[in-house]
Order: sequence, then C-alpha cells, then structure tokens
Amino acid sequence: MTLNMGPQHPSTHGVLRVALELDGENVVACKPVIGYLHTGMEKQAEYKTYTQSIPQTDRMDYLSPMSNNLALCLAAEKLLGVTVPERVQAIRVLLTELTRISAHCVWLGTHAIDIGALTVFWYCFREREKVLSIYDMVSGARMTASYFRVGGLAMDIPEGFLERCEKFVREMPKHIDEYESLLTKNPIWLARTKGVAPLSAADAIAWGVTGPSLRGSRVRWDLRQAEPYSGYETYDFEVPMGTNGDAYDRFQVRVAEMRQSTRIAEQAIARVRKLGEKGEYRLRDFKYVLPPREEVKTSMEALIHHFKIVAHGFFPPVGEAYQAIEAPKGELGFYFVSDGSARPWRMKVRSPSFVNLQALPVMVQGKLVADVIAAIGSIDIVLGEIDR
Amino acid sequence: MTDPKAPQPTPFRTLAQARPAPPTNDLIVPTGPLSDEDRFREELEKGILFTTIESVVNWARANAIWPLGFGLACCAIEMMAIAGPRFDVSRFGAEVFRGSPRQADLMIVAGRVSIKMAPVLRQLYDQMPDPKWVIAMGACSSCGGVFNNYAILQGVDKIVPVDVYVPGCPPRPEGLIHGIMKLQEKILSSKIELGPIPRKKKRVTRPQAGPGAA
Amino acid sequence: MPLTPERIEEKLRERFPDVAFERQQGEAVRDFTLYLPADALVDVCTYLRDERECSFTMLSWMGGADYLPRVPRFECVYSLLSIPHAARFTLKVRVPEENPRVPTVTGVWPTANWHEREAYDFYGITFTGHPDLTRILLPEDWVGWPLRKDSPLGYEEVAFTHNTPGRMKPSPALKKLAPKKVRYRAQ
Repeated sequence: MTLNMGPQHPSTHGVLRVALELDGENVVACKPVIGYLHTGMEKQAEYKTYTQSIPQTDRMDYLSPMSNNLALCLAAEKLLGVTVPERVQAIRVLLTELTRISAHCVWLGTHAIDIGALTVFWYCFREREKVLSIYDMVSGARMTASYFRVGGLAMDIPEGFLERCEKFVREMPKHIDEYESLLTKNPIWLARTKGVAPLSAADAIAWGVTGPSLRGSRVRWDLRQAEPYSGYETYDFEVPMGTNGDAYDRFQVRVAEMRQSTRIAEQAIARVRKLGEKGEYRLRDFKYVLPPREEVKTSMEALIHHFKIVAHGFFPPVGEAYQAIEAPKGELGFYFVSDGSARPWRMKVRSPSFVNLQALPVMVQGKLVADVIAAIGSIDIVLGEIDR
Repeated sequence: MTDPKAPQPTPFRTLAQARPAPPTNDLIVPTGPLSDEDRFREELEKGILFTTIESVVNWARANAIWPLGFGLACCAIEMMAIAGPRFDVSRFGAEVFRGSPRQADLMIVAGRVSIKMAPVLRQLYDQMPDPKWVIAMGACSSCGGVFNNYAILQGVDKIVPVDVYVPGCPPRPEGLIHGIMKLQEKILSSKIELGPIPRKKKRVTRPQAGPGAA
Repeated sequence: MPLTPERIEEKLRERFPDVAFERQQGEAVRDFTLYLPADALVDVCTYLRDERECSFTMLSWMGGADYLPRVPRFECVYSLLSIPHAARFTLKVRVPEENPRVPTVTGVWPTANWHEREAYDFYGITFTGHPDLTRILLPEDWVGWPLRKDSPLGYEEVAFTHNTPGRMKPSPALKKLAPKKVRYRAQ
C-alpha cells in the first residue's frame, strides 16, 4: 500500500512529504519529498550584499536564528581574513549557546507531542519564552534576531542583559531535570524510542549525518572541539555521546547537550563581565566594518568609510571560503565565492537537516509506520533549512 | 458582565426585559398561593433569553474557531507559541489545532508559500467545509515579504480569499491574537443565510479576494 | 603526523600520475582546493575514502557554481571530511556548458544523492549513473535552471499606486465589507 504523509501533517515539522510503501504496518520503502518551502535564498543572495543576506539566514533554520547568523558572519570573516575581538567572540558564544538551548527545547516539545507526551510541549515552550525575551532585549525581535554582523555585532549589549542571562542559566538545569523526570524513565517513552530508528556509525558517516544524530551513533565529532571557531577552544565542556544510535540515544545526547550549553553560557557570561559590560562590539577595520558612531561624526575618514559601506557594502578580496559551525542540528556551513564586488558571486549553504534527512529511509527500513514519526522527530529537521 | 444595570444594546434580552412584570404595590402583601401564571412567569424568568438565530450562530462560530494546523515556516513557531503557556489562545476557544482540513474552519497561513506548495494550499482550502476563514499571518503570506523571487508566491491572496492580514516577520504572538480577535469581530457582524426561506436577494458577505489579487 | 593538504596532494599525484591535478591559486582562496578532470573523479574519490592515511569517509557537501563568462562555465565543488584525522579537503571539477555531464559519486558516498539532485535542479548538470536524477527543490514540471547566471531572479514588480494605472482608489464595493460596530463583550 502506498501512503502519503503529505506536506500538511501535524508531525512532519513543516512541509515535508514522505511517500511510504507499506506492507501492513511495516515500511518497505520510504522516500522523502522536499521542496515545498523552497525560497530561492541562494539565488537571492547573489543580488544582495553580505549584510543584507543576514536576515535571510534567520529564516533558514528558524529555530536557531543566531546560529545561522553566526555561520554567515564567520564565513564572511574567513573570506576577509579578519578575526573579531575577544569580547565579541564571548558574546557570540553566549548567544549561540542560548540559541542551542532554545532550539533543543522546541525539538523536545515537538518530538514529545508527536509521540504523544503533550505536557512536555508546554514545559519546553515556557523556557523558550525566556530565551526569546532575551533575544528581544538584545536585538528587538523575538525570533529573527539578525544580531550578528560581519566583523562584530549590530549594537552593544544593553544593560541588564548579563543579569537576565545569568538568571536563566541558573534556573535552566532545574527545568532540564523536570523534562528528564517526565521522559527519561517513562515506560511509554522508552517503548516508543528505545531501539527505534537505529543508525549505525558507518551508515551515519556514509550518509553525511552530523550533529547530535551522529554523536548518538557513537562517533565523536563536534566541530566546537574538532575545528574550533569563535574561541570555543578556551571553554570547558563535554561532548555527550550515545551508544546504540537509536532515537532514545539521540534524545539523551540532546538533553545532555542542553546541560553542557548552560555550562558554556556560564563561562561566557563570566568572560564578558571580565572584558567589560560595555566595550568594543565591532572590529576596528573600517574597510569592512562600520566605524563607531562617535567617530563618524568627528573623523572624515570614518565618515567616508561609513558612507561607502552603507551605500555599496564592503568589497572582499577575490576568492572563496567555507566555514562550518556546530549548529544545534549539525554542521552548518556557508561557502562564499567572491568576485571582488559587494555582492557574493555564489553563496552555498551546507544545511545539516538537508543531509540528515537523507538518512531517514535507512533508519526506518523494515520498521513500523509509527516509528517513522519517531524517526523524523529524532533526526530534528527544520524544513526552512532543507529547502532554503 | 461589567455593569448589568447600564443600558447596553446586547442581542440577548431576558424575559424580564422583554415583558416587564406588571407593577406591584409593595404595601400589599400577597396572600394565598401564587396564581399559575405568576408561578409560570417566575420559572421562565430564570432561564429564557430572547435573541436572533444570527447572533447565536455567530457567537458560537466566533468563540470556537478551530484552526487548521498549517504552519509552513518561521511564523509557524510563533503560531505554536500562541498555543503555548504564555500566550494562551485557548482563552479564545482556538486551542484545538485540527490535523485534518475537514474538521477545521480557520486556516492560518503561517509562513511563506512556495510555488510547489501553492496547489496543495488551494486543495486544503477546498477541502475545508463552509464556513471557513483565512488569516494570512506574516509578511510572506500577505505579500511575499522579504522574498521577491521565482520561488515564492507574492501573497497567498492570489489563490485563496483572505479575511485578516497580520503583518510582521514574524508577528508577535500578541499580534496574531489581535488578528484572531479581529476575525471574531468580523464573524460576529456577518450575516448568515437561513436555508430555503425565500428572502430578498441579500448575498452573504463572503470575503472577496482583495485588491492584491491580479 | 597530522594530515596536511600538501601531503594529500603528494599522495594523489603519486597514485594517479597521469591525472592533471591543478591547485587553485588566489591569495583569498582560504581552503586548499584541487581541480581535476571529470573522468578521474570517481577513482580519486574512492582512493581518498579507502586509503587509511586519508580516510575521507564523509562527503560534507557538494555544490555547483556558475561562472558565466568563463569557459568552461560550471564547476562542481566537493568538500570532503576525514573524521579520524580531523581534516578537510576540497576537490573541484570544471564542467563545460555544451556537455554538462559529470560521473556520479553516489557509489562512493551515498549522501551525494541529494546534493547531485540539487546541482541538477539548479544548474542542469547531469550526473551520469545517478539512481534518481529528478528535481528536488523545485516543482517537477518547472522549466529552466534557476541558479544559472542568465536565469532571472523572478522579481515581481511591487504594485504601488504610481506604477499601476487604474488603481488610484480602492473599489467602492469594499465599503460593504467593513464590519458594523459590534460591542464585543471584552471591550
């Protein structure tokens, strides 16, 4: 029997269509069909400057917008050959880790709803609201923040931001304990996720899976430790790993990652306090980055640079660069080809969910149809990123 | 109810307001049992309202809108947030997000509509039974939003008639709730057709495709 | 001994002496990139995957690019990742416009399946031997290759009153849709 899990389905986390061939309840073949949210972001990026593409990245993996912003900024900075000051790196790490917590909260809430544990959704969204109000405080928008810029941040952090973050980070481990008490030893949860949708390490690597799905299959690969960026090598944290590669292990990996993220965020807050609650928030390289406002009003050279960057954009050298970060979903990378003008010649996004979803047929071959729902939830896909 | 004594033009009137009881002289204490009519009147006053069918039907439809779970992109997350604990949409009767269009009467188009998704959206709209309403949530479904290129439909009102447009990218959950309340106002003030009773040619004010349609 | 890109190039030249490898030049080319001809692609990739000192077991991503005035016009970029050695390597294949065919590497890394479908969808590059080369992100009946430089963005002219004649005023029929004043109980 052919069954179509259509683009509109409560459990497909967006507009994913899965064409299933069933034999009774067992899945014989499974083919994900994507493209229902294709937005033409890569084509549109060729018509916009680098800074104008930053709001587009918010809309890719819309659960972790600041991660996407970070990936684009790092790739552009690699292309320019510049490194941002340490204070900026610490703020970026802090916000990225809070983003990771909020993305995993949504993942847990929606994954649990698919499997039937409705209560977890409300618990997780309560925490997510706290992160969103932190976003609101720092950038003005709840979800699509676009706070990072190539060479720094859009503006400095406001007063009270660090206190708010500290409060959140202090209270979060208790909430993670709540989620675990609801799910980890729950017999229904164990029955629905233990042994479900297994992915062996060799399969995961062959299918290009990265992120918590790869670490759930017992492969130690986390870009924050293997190819550190933005100062991650100076932070002290662990990389959780699973044992069997089934949905339960991926769940445990992500919950443990939430704990590690609070740990990193604490260290980042301490670092920002040490480097100054108000301070430099942009690189002082006026060829590529906007000069501070006070200097624009007093120095002629800064005024000219400001005008040039705002009117035309900055002009990177002719070349190309690829930079990847460890986004909550996996390896998110941006590949820029520059022809020397203010607009990129080619922007290619290596989105983790696009690659991870390819492993779905491998995970559910021969299993029951209800396992397909658990599998899609445990891979943690976001269609905005898959379809770009 | 805020002030029951203030004269308010509500569609509902109690029996006491409709047919006021005849004035009684307080000095005369009624002796003997109440007459049948008075006893009947007393019972009736406790639980009968006069109203119009239109008001009741509109009231029921407005306060129990069942949205279709049709989240496409980022706006879907803000739509999930209104179902969340902080912006509770079940105060408005709309917390049951139905999975099937046949059981839903509100389609909140939350997110950008790509050209591959547009026929699917139209089919879902056609599968919804009357009466149905559409809220275009966010800039992308209202007018194409940030994305003006080959892949995105510039406004969902090109294929379905839209009742309420909620701007924002994404709109705050309070914005969407405001949109739902505006839709409730619209429903409460809409006219309904009563079956085969011959009436003057009065067309139901179905939402027409707005000026955005080509 | 850490695996450097130069060491990989040395091993490749030693193993495939008759393949014309070419290092990409440019001071802002931040990743070590080797060009190779399309017919040597599958053999080189199999070698890089299986050779113990390299073990590029993961294809991180594969993408196309269009350099329109240049001949050959297209390029396919393969970014390889070696988890045991924590190393990356980039290969590029130049693809001409008249005959945009590249052998598929789905036999080497199964993950290349969707990446190649995407490159086909965007640029029209055909991957010979691909199990299912159909459009992936655009509708199946779409005509054209959108990410080519000579395809338009598909921009729709935003309709303002000044550039849309006959739309200066809203139609009078709209007034009928204005809801009559209803005292909603919350107000």
